[in-house]
Amino acid sequence: MKKINYEKYHWRKIKSTTMTALSIMSVVIAVIPLFLIFFYTLAQGISALNLDFFIHMPKPVGETGGGMANALMGTAILIGLGCLFGLPVSIFAGIYLAEHGNNTFGQIVRFFTDVLSGIPSIVVGVVAYILVVVPMKQYSALAGGVALGILMIPTATRTTEEMIRLVPHSLREAALAIGLPQWKTTLRIILPTALKGITTGVLLAIARAAGETAPLLFTALGNRFWSTDLGHPMASLTVFIYDYAKAPFEDWNRQAWGAAFVLIVLIFIVNMTFRFVTRGRYGDHQN
Amino acid sequence: MFFAIIVFGLVFLMAYEMIRGSELSLQKFGWKFLSGTVWDPVADVYGALPYIYGTLTSSFLAMVLAFPLSIGIAIFLSELAPPWIERPVSFMVELLAAIPSIVYGLWGIFVLVPWLRTSVEPFLIKHLGSLPFFKGAPYGFGMLAAGIILAIMILPIISSISRDVLRAIPNSQREAALAIGATRWESTKIILAGGKSGLLGAALLGLGRAVGETMAVTMVIGNRAEISASLLDPGHSMASVIANEFAEATTALYSSSLIEIALILFAVTIILNVIARLIVWSITKKFKTT
Repeated sequence: MKKINYEKYHWRKIKSTTMTALSIMSVVIAVIPLFLIFFYTLAQGISALNLDFFIHMPKPVGETGGGMANALMGTAILIGLGCLFGLPVSIFAGIYLAEHGNNTFGQIVRFFTDVLSGIPSIVVGVVAYILVVVPMKQYSALAGGVALGILMIPTATRTTEEMIRLVPHSLREAALAIGLPQWKTTLRIILPTALKGITTGVLLAIARAAGETAPLLFTALGNRFWSTDLGHPMASLTVFIYDYAKAPFEDWNRQAWGAAFVLIVLIFIVNMTFRFVTRGRYGDHQN
Repeated sequence: MFFAIIVFGLVFLMAYEMIRGSELSLQKFGWKFLSGTVWDPVADVYGALPYIYGTLTSSFLAMVLAFPLSIGIAIFLSELAPPWIERPVSFMVELLAAIPSIVYGLWGIFVLVPWLRTSVEPFLIKHLGSLPFFKGAPYGFGMLAAGIILAIMILPIISSISRDVLRAIPNSQREAALAIGATRWESTKIILAGGKSGLLGAALLGLGRAVGETMAVTMVIGNRAEISASLLDPGHSMASVIANEFAEATTALYSSSLIEIALILFAVTIILNVIARLIVWSITKKFKTT
């Protein structure tokens, strides 16, 4: 009978355990910055938040206090514009991909959507600058909206597609079987069923756009005053964070943390909602 | 159909507009643009090498830091963790991807950079100061800070795609390995070997993200257009020079040069993404059909 080499086995066992430990450690190392960032934003942000922050305008340089009412408004408007430019394209493209996209062309479009999501946002900003700012000869909210719209397209298109694909096939077949034309099936049966998922997917795209800074730097630029004029520069939360973080004033730094806190909370809520909706409803279909 | 074409056409429109926008600098500098080290708006001379160097160094540093960690996370998620622990961990890693880059930058300026300046960099200088990478003064702002921030930011994408790649490998492989008496690590090694090209794809996607990352890098890299071997020295990157100077570019040649940098970034990220996506697609498809 052959003898089992226990020493060697022992060594292999140790190696395996070590690697398992290393793997767990890398998870811990990755999660640490997450908690650190959340912790700091929470700790610094909460102390910066008060009613003034939401309803007041920025104070002139050197004075403490003031708020970011115009930036909150600006971000809301810019996102609205982004939705206006980006969502129709993404939703229709998503419907197309889900319903008719099982061919080479669909694959190519899907591929390009993925590639589009990898393009740096600053490059998108440059393109929006060339397309909108140069002809208008002025920085404008409109240009910022175009940039955000382009950035929303990949996320919104792919989630729309995925959500429509989650609609059970039997539903589609039932509708077609009773004689509904394809377009009506899509519009009246599929879309309403997938609406909840699509909405949260769109929210996810919005949350991402709300956190974008780079494409706004030279499109919407930023503005210290109240402005709702789409043809002029407009303030946004993220550009405010950027300016205030670089500034040598402690009070401004404090407000930057406050704005970051607002952003993080917004994004956290949207992500949780997305998780909840996709799992709660279609959990069994996933994986 | 029409809208699908728009998505498709957008990529080409972007390329076309940027080529048109950078015509001036393309004609004036040609290939020298890539190797020129002088960036002088006053004399209207532009060479992008310091920025290209900065982008390459910071991204490379980020890859070195993030890749092993990501593989560790992917192994944990796909091979080790039971579902009840895998789900929340996955969610947390994905949350890391959802944090806006400006918040990373803010955190970088006020937490990471002071920490590097007061504890990490003096330590590195003291013990590894003889190496060219760790020479100089502890500024805090610099390549090292940019590399670390980037590493945190690309962790989620590399690890979640690696996880998907490893998961796509059929269970029979694991069972076969375990059945002939392999330990868990030995079986994992076989899985890793099977998913090798997919992991490469994941790394390339992460690299693409690191190359184009703007705000967080701009806020911590120090913004000085110098080529220095030391990771402690301030540097600059392609994305951050655009962010810093584009709104103030006064001459036509100046903004044209910046657009050319954007064009290079665009081209590099497109190429990285196309290669990476093709690899990842082919591997997940291969295992899906078998």
